[in-house]
Amino acid sequence: MIPAIEQLREATLVAAPGASVEVVASTPAVQQLSLLVDREHLFAVAKFFKQEARFQMDFCSCVTGVDYPAKADKPGFIEVVYHLYSVAQKHGPIILKVRAPRELAQCEVPSLTPLWRGCEFQEREAYDLFGVRFTGHPDLRRILMWDEFTDHPLRKDYQPPLDYEWEPTPHGETLARARQMGGLMPPSASAEKLGSK
Amino acid sequence: MIQAQSAIESSGVTPSTAGIIETQTLEVSIGPQHPSTHGVFRMDVVIDGEVVVKLKPVMGYLHRNHEQLAEKMTWLDSMPYTDRLDYFNSMANNWAYALSVEKLAGIKVPERAEYIRVIVAELTRLLNHTVAIGFLLNDMGAWFTPVLYAFREREKIVDLFEAVSGSRMMCNYYRFGGVRVDFDEKMLAMARDIVERYPQFLDEFEKLLTENEVLLARTQRIGILPREQAINGSITGPVARASGVDYDIRKVDKYGVYGGLDFRVPLGEVGDTYDRYYIRILEMREAIKILQQALCGLPSGPIIAPEVKLRNFRVPAGDGYGRIETPKGELGFYLVADETGKMPYRYHVRPPCFINLTLLEDMCLGHKLADTVVILGSIDIVLGEVDR
Repeated sequence: MIPAIEQLREATLVAAPGASVEVVASTPAVQQLSLLVDREHLFAVAKFFKQEARFQMDFCSCVTGVDYPAKADKPGFIEVVYHLYSVAQKHGPIILKVRAPRELAQCEVPSLTPLWRGCEFQEREAYDLFGVRFTGHPDLRRILMWDEFTDHPLRKDYQPPLDYEWEPTPHGETLARARQMGGLMPPSASAEKLGSK
Repeated sequence: MIQAQSAIESSGVTPSTAGIIETQTLEVSIGPQHPSTHGVFRMDVVIDGEVVVKLKPVMGYLHRNHEQLAEKMTWLDSMPYTDRLDYFNSMANNWAYALSVEKLAGIKVPERAEYIRVIVAELTRLLNHTVAIGFLLNDMGAWFTPVLYAFREREKIVDLFEAVSGSRMMCNYYRFGGVRVDFDEKMLAMARDIVERYPQFLDEFEKLLTENEVLLARTQRIGILPREQAINGSITGPVARASGVDYDIRKVDKYGVYGGLDFRVPLGEVGDTYDRYYIRILEMREAIKILQQALCGLPSGPIIAPEVKLRNFRVPAGDGYGRIETPKGELGFYLVADETGKMPYRYHVRPPCFINLTLLEDMCLGHKLADTVVILGSIDIVLGEVDR
């Protein structure tokens, strides 16, 4: 069985000295606590959980990102969440979280694909949809969006471009947004055009 | 070979006149519009003659940003959208989503609803595995004969789903804290009839297929997936169990009432395509056992937890991961609720088909091009779920 989360945290600190590990709580009903690890020590911590005979986390089930944009008092970050289970001992999950800044140039997290091959596609997906660069990933390309696509659509501030699925209606939300953003058509011209129909 | 070539070069004779043909690898793009890819899926294959030396899956043709859609509507609104993930198993997808939300909100499901959930989920398993085997045979060239047998049986299950939920494929049947419609006597009789007759159909199906020489030749020792590699590659479901990975979430997590039901988890030994075929037959036989027990033990009582409000349903802030064993593998939902709790802040689907494709290349290397089609068929993917 997996020990209590505080013991897990202590074991992690012994395995990766100098790491900053925090316990993150969820709702009381879920009973799934997670460990927030700093980026520099994530790989070492994950490797420890995989190799340590007590845990044997040989199965990395789920990898995903969550976007938290900046609020008034706190800077924003992208959180990458790993759910680890053990097939050998049939226990789990141990949840690892890691945070990276939202700016694309610094949004980097070490890849866990060298430890678990199952992360390969899921990390590619997180890269595609959130813009997290996984350093050490063997083949980091877009997987769901097409290669020419430039944005990361699951970020909370993502704006779909105006030039596809453009449906101009004089009172539509799309048109208001088009006006605000400078639009594809000059606002007066488009209103006239539609009005004359 | 190299020596022979250099000898030819030094003698000044061109290769063609010496009777040696220079060969090179050829890149073939299979799909996205190809019957063997089960939807809009593409494989970039590099072949040396007939032998695969490299294979890269390309997906995303059916991507519709399912996750973002769900983040823009209330919790219950995305229940019908989960039907469209793996459109053969809408009942199982509903369950995974309902289970995750119930976990996050701390809802307890009444026992009758748990039994009904097991009944429809195991019927879905019968449906999925039957159709999967049918289409696997299609990939081998048994053009639509096994599929027709499979669809004959599928029809009976789908009729029952229509009676229960009002829709044949997009069932939208589960609700947080229970299910939407109760089983009446007529529906139970339909379910009993299906369960009673299914073993005969399986015997017939097996008589046609299990020892069929063509099937044996096309599947045995093809696309072997070793056990350790399957675990490391996060492979789940029948594909993993065919490789001998003893991991069934129904046994491990004991969600619903699976803890109290008696069934075995069949395991393969070799991990080849034949094992992946046969594991599905065995799982169907186990599913029939589960169905018999669930139909016998179905208690009376409410079908939905009375404290759950359908309107203005809110979830306390936090995050949670819920998962179930769908016919294709581990389907999980990672959900994050914020302070308002009105709609998911983050909604992530962990699709089994998508992740099971991770090791497609490893399974196909060294086999003939025609075998990749069969190996892909034995993984049993649905593109609605791969691309989301």
